[in-house]
Amino acid sequence: MPETVARTRHGSSIGQPLTRREGPLKVTGQARFAADNLPPGTLHAALCTARIARGRVTGLDLAAAENHPGVVAVMTPDNAPALAKHPDDKDGPFVFRLDLLQDWSVRYANQPVAVVLAETLEAAFEGARLLAPRYAAEEPRIGLDAEAPFTPPGVGVGQPPDESHGDVEAGLAAADKRVEAVYETAAQYHNAMEPHAALAQWEGDRLLLHTPSQGLTAAVGRLAGLFGIPPKNIRIESPYLGGGFGSKGLISGPQVLACMAARLTGRPVKLVARREDMYGPMGHRAETRQTLRLGTDAAGKLTALDHLTLTASSRFDDFFEPAGGVSHTLYATPNLAVRHRGVRVDTGTPLFMRAPGEASGSAALESALDEMAFACGMDPLEFRLANYAETEPLSGRPFSSKALRECYAQGAAAFGWADRPREPRQMRDADGFLVGWGMGTATFPALMFEAQARAELRADGSGTVEIGAQDMGQGAWTALAQIAADGLGIDLDRLTFNMGSSTLPSGGIAGGSAHTATAGGAIHAAAAAVIAELAGIATSDSASPLYGAGNAGVVAEGGRLVRRDDASRGETFGAILARAGRERVEGTGKASSDPAAQKSYAMHAHGAVFAEVKVDPDLGQIRVSRLVGAFAAGRIINPRLVRSQYYGGMIWGLSFALHEHAALDPRTGRFLNDNLGEYHVPVNADTPEMEAILVHEDDPHVNALGVKGVGEIGITGTAGAIANAVWHATGVRVRELPITLDRVLG
Amino acid sequence: MSIPLQLTVNGERRDLVLEDPRVTLLDALRERLQLTGTKKGCDRGQCGACTVLVDGARVNACLALAVSHDGARIETVEGLARGEALHPVQAAFIAHDAFQCGFCTPGQIMSAVGLIREMRAAGETAVDVERVREGMSGNLCRCGAYAGITEAVVAAAQTEDAA
Amino acid sequence: MNLFEYIRAGSVAEAVAAGALPGTAYLAAGTNLLDLMKGGVAAPARLVDITRLPGLDGIAVAADGATHIGALVRNSALASHPHIAKTYPMVAEALLAGASAQLRNAATTAGNLMQRTRCPYFYDTASPCNKRRPGSGCQAVGGATRLHAVLGHSPHCIAVHASDLCVPLAALGAVVEIAGAGGTRTVPLGEFHRLPEDHPERETVLEPGDLVTGLILPAEAAAFAGHGRYLKVRDRTSYAFATVSAAAALTLDGDRIGAGRLALGGVAAKPWRVAEAEAVLAGAAPGADAFGRAADALLAGAAPSGPANAFKIELARRTVVRALTLAQAGTPARMPALPASPFARSAGALHA
Repeated sequence: MPETVARTRHGSSIGQPLTRREGPLKVTGQARFAADNLPPGTLHAALCTARIARGRVTGLDLAAAENHPGVVAVMTPDNAPALAKHPDDKDGPFVFRLDLLQDWSVRYANQPVAVVLAETLEAAFEGARLLAPRYAAEEPRIGLDAEAPFTPPGVGVGQPPDESHGDVEAGLAAADKRVEAVYETAAQYHNAMEPHAALAQWEGDRLLLHTPSQGLTAAVGRLAGLFGIPPKNIRIESPYLGGGFGSKGLISGPQVLACMAARLTGRPVKLVARREDMYGPMGHRAETRQTLRLGTDAAGKLTALDHLTLTASSRFDDFFEPAGGVSHTLYATPNLAVRHRGVRVDTGTPLFMRAPGEASGSAALESALDEMAFACGMDPLEFRLANYAETEPLSGRPFSSKALRECYAQGAAAFGWADRPREPRQMRDADGFLVGWGMGTATFPALMFEAQARAELRADGSGTVEIGAQDMGQGAWTALAQIAADGLGIDLDRLTFNMGSSTLPSGGIAGGSAHTATAGGAIHAAAAAVIAELAGIATSDSASPLYGAGNAGVVAEGGRLVRRDDASRGETFGAILARAGRERVEGTGKASSDPAAQKSYAMHAHGAVFAEVKVDPDLGQIRVSRLVGAFAAGRIINPRLVRSQYYGGMIWGLSFALHEHAALDPRTGRFLNDNLGEYHVPVNADTPEMEAILVHEDDPHVNALGVKGVGEIGITGTAGAIANAVWHATGVRVRELPITLDRVLG
Repeated sequence: MSIPLQLTVNGERRDLVLEDPRVTLLDALRERLQLTGTKKGCDRGQCGACTVLVDGARVNACLALAVSHDGARIETVEGLARGEALHPVQAAFIAHDAFQCGFCTPGQIMSAVGLIREMRAAGETAVDVERVREGMSGNLCRCGAYAGITEAVVAAAQTEDAA
Repeated sequence: MNLFEYIRAGSVAEAVAAGALPGTAYLAAGTNLLDLMKGGVAAPARLVDITRLPGLDGIAVAADGATHIGALVRNSALASHPHIAKTYPMVAEALLAGASAQLRNAATTAGNLMQRTRCPYFYDTASPCNKRRPGSGCQAVGGATRLHAVLGHSPHCIAVHASDLCVPLAALGAVVEIAGAGGTRTVPLGEFHRLPEDHPERETVLEPGDLVTGLILPAEAAAFAGHGRYLKVRDRTSYAFATVSAAAALTLDGDRIGAGRLALGGVAAKPWRVAEAEAVLAGAAPGADAFGRAADALLAGAAPSGPANAFKIELARRTVVRALTLAQAGTPARMPALPASPFARSAGALHA
């Protein structure tokens, strides 16, 4: 069983820094990821992908592939099983168009154009190569200058493209000082370490699918629609995701292709994407060009903030990076405009990628704030405090909670920010490297989706909680179990906790930093229903010491129900059930966001990130040497796991600032670095000294558990802080991310 | 073409006949021997998820042809623990929260075991954090658990039986 | 990966005979070859496995002081070999700056010499490439060229050689030992790799069947042991190919330089070494002036192969000057924690 650390608060799991409950499985290689399954008779699948970005396939060398020893079948548009619904039909807000061999057209490079099924992996891959597609290629449209920008119908998931209050032009005209700057961020790919994998098996019209999914219910719904079968005929097992970051939020084309191939061949099919297969049909974070215009009065208070984003979606579907959203919430200004414009290009459709909108927007906004602070002759932290938003700038709503001042104070103290010289290029270390300090504000909305859970308490004092929640590394196996144990008033080792299967009640999507609030909320409600029923039995049983105590007057702890006003009066769950002749009490619960609270309050997590970088004065090579983040995100379920989430987010921020950049040849639309050798993410040696401070914050409004998300906020603030630190070290303001040494050298 | 191949995997002799010379050591482990603890992240030697020890040295199993390793001694993540007792590196990875999703973890752990052996072979007694960071840089972790990984490796390297 | 015939060679003669057949490739560790085969960039009909050839995995010092390194010596074994680490420290430093520990444990000395370019258009089999398909054209020209050549390129190819090891080897005058149909011969490393000119597909002087069996580091190279550094500028702190790298070595004679050795990596289809640059150093007073003049001589004729790589010329110049400055300060007693990195913590070298 999982190893646990000593508990300091008897009877409560929430708040304890428990180690991961699934840890022993993961460190011994026993945790079974989707691609680790291999039932007898499995065929291996390999994708043949398009080497053009626009046009159509005019021919395949089918004979060469089919004659290769071991190849069993080739699935093409000519023989692909018919679908009940065209994958381009969008019948819901969370539905994106998929490429499922419905015709021979090519909409982006790396689009699957055929699937080869073989007895061995080696034969499948070679079969795919031998298909050697011929094409009628058209000139692709690539990049933000591909066409004239237009105003998209919506950004992100249905947010308005343009929002404003006040009069930005008037605010700028009246300003004492103004900054206008254009920042560019590169296209990025999720690159979860686990490639998308699917092991699909049909039995009649019932589908069993092992595949990583951040949203089991949505995946089942999509598959049911495509195959024209009832959702109950589909079972998806997804106990562990090898990272998701948004790319596994919705089922991708290749995962569906595995199901189609299994149907075609009548055998189990295992399709594991190659790394390059993940650059196209699985979504990405689109590039942005953001124009920021800021004005301040003589006291350094913002008179106007204008945030204009240009971004790209695919030519066949809509996902426009909502980069400006961050300006809705962060800094007080009487005049605010947030606008988004788009172009369409011949790439796969972008998708949410860890901190969608906020990551890109924060990188630009925090850089612009830094430039504005310097123009005002103010310290960057002092400038942010001068423009602290007491209410949400765009909506005017009060915050449900906002401990950002404490984040600034604790982060700055831990970092030693007070000693920072205002002018750039003032600091050197003992080896002569340029040293720079920068900061950024972190923010991410506290969202909530819908989920259900089932709970049960048994006469022996044990319990079970079940929910189709998903653990992609954020720690759901542990944190949700802690919530479940507390809800049932039992110790964790008396709890059986099941998740990661579509056969369980819907756990909602593991995304938007909302999973603990959502799935945890449902678990909390299910456990409360169980305890309420148990309390009902006890308080109406004259033989119980709780007789007459009333539901509201009874709480569960340590396997007992006790009076709220006198914990010494109570009895064990077992005693209550025994007298009632019951083996168990069951309950269900659900959670969703509270529209009234949403209307009344702005709900966001906040933080402050401080970065130190070192830059070689001659060679331009950059190394981040220190990162300190202080974050306030409501109640903390497990500080060990939360710290890891912050660290991970901050590493992503570092990666955003200095490394990630998907390169396409604009002439062909093909990738130049669709691999992990040349698409750089940080390696261990890029990791600075890190500190994450968990700032106390009570939030009575945000949700039943008082939790805000922690998975994405770490990126925000960090990328800007590092960009600002590079400027502070060198005096060179690089506005095109990633900041590479050639850009620093100018 | 059938090619007989003998490997010693985690101390156990495994005989297999490959029908195909293209099989990598990684695919031999995962698809033929059902040792799926070793992961495939990139299949091109660029991520380290497939790290195993071959004749005591850590290598990328994805860039090794199985037929070329006839007779080799292979150690994988499945062979580290002694019954219920975790290897010190495994225990340290849990204690220091050195992973999140866990997909790169088997490779990280095998790489750490290899690194600790290399440090001991070189007579390095003091464990230098910067050397650990550099030494573990062949293992990508997209979750960004590097701080915990480094802490775990440093801690494990100071235990007697970590190599 | 295509189906191939797998042959395990029992002797060098057997390997050379098998290797002479068209479509044959030698397999050592395969860290580069298997990558290329998986990508369809290489599709040999026959692999001759040379990993079990006897006598090619040793390091031996001859009576005259020359060091012989077997073709199959692993990169990690070479770097940690006490004689190599002590006598040719910049060779060790370059090795340890390359790839990852896992790859260094597998990759061989000869394999390092034979590694192919990382040009993305070479890897993209849908693009024309004169290396992959002679005469098809060069898609890199006019494309994304940030890491491409600034020296020795031609209109037919602007790719760079990716090796770290070859840079100090070239600087130190290493010699390549080759077994072929006609027996064994040696070729200076500086002449082993070819510039693209009209035939980018001819990357080395090897003829079909030729097998690199070893390397010889000449005795006189040991004179640079006390002042030799490899410096590698890159886009991440580790596990990245060089943006630009330099090997620099000096002998110091009082307040004068006795002799200097210099080579650049990441700038051309071969390690870049120019006699004039070393001539500048000989007898000069060590310092910014001489180092700058040497760098200028080394980079004479440099020209961008695309607008995105123009920065590499000045960067290469600065890298040479820094490497020489580090070399003058002396080889560190212990290999830096971050070998060859500008962040190698070399105690105030920037102030020197």
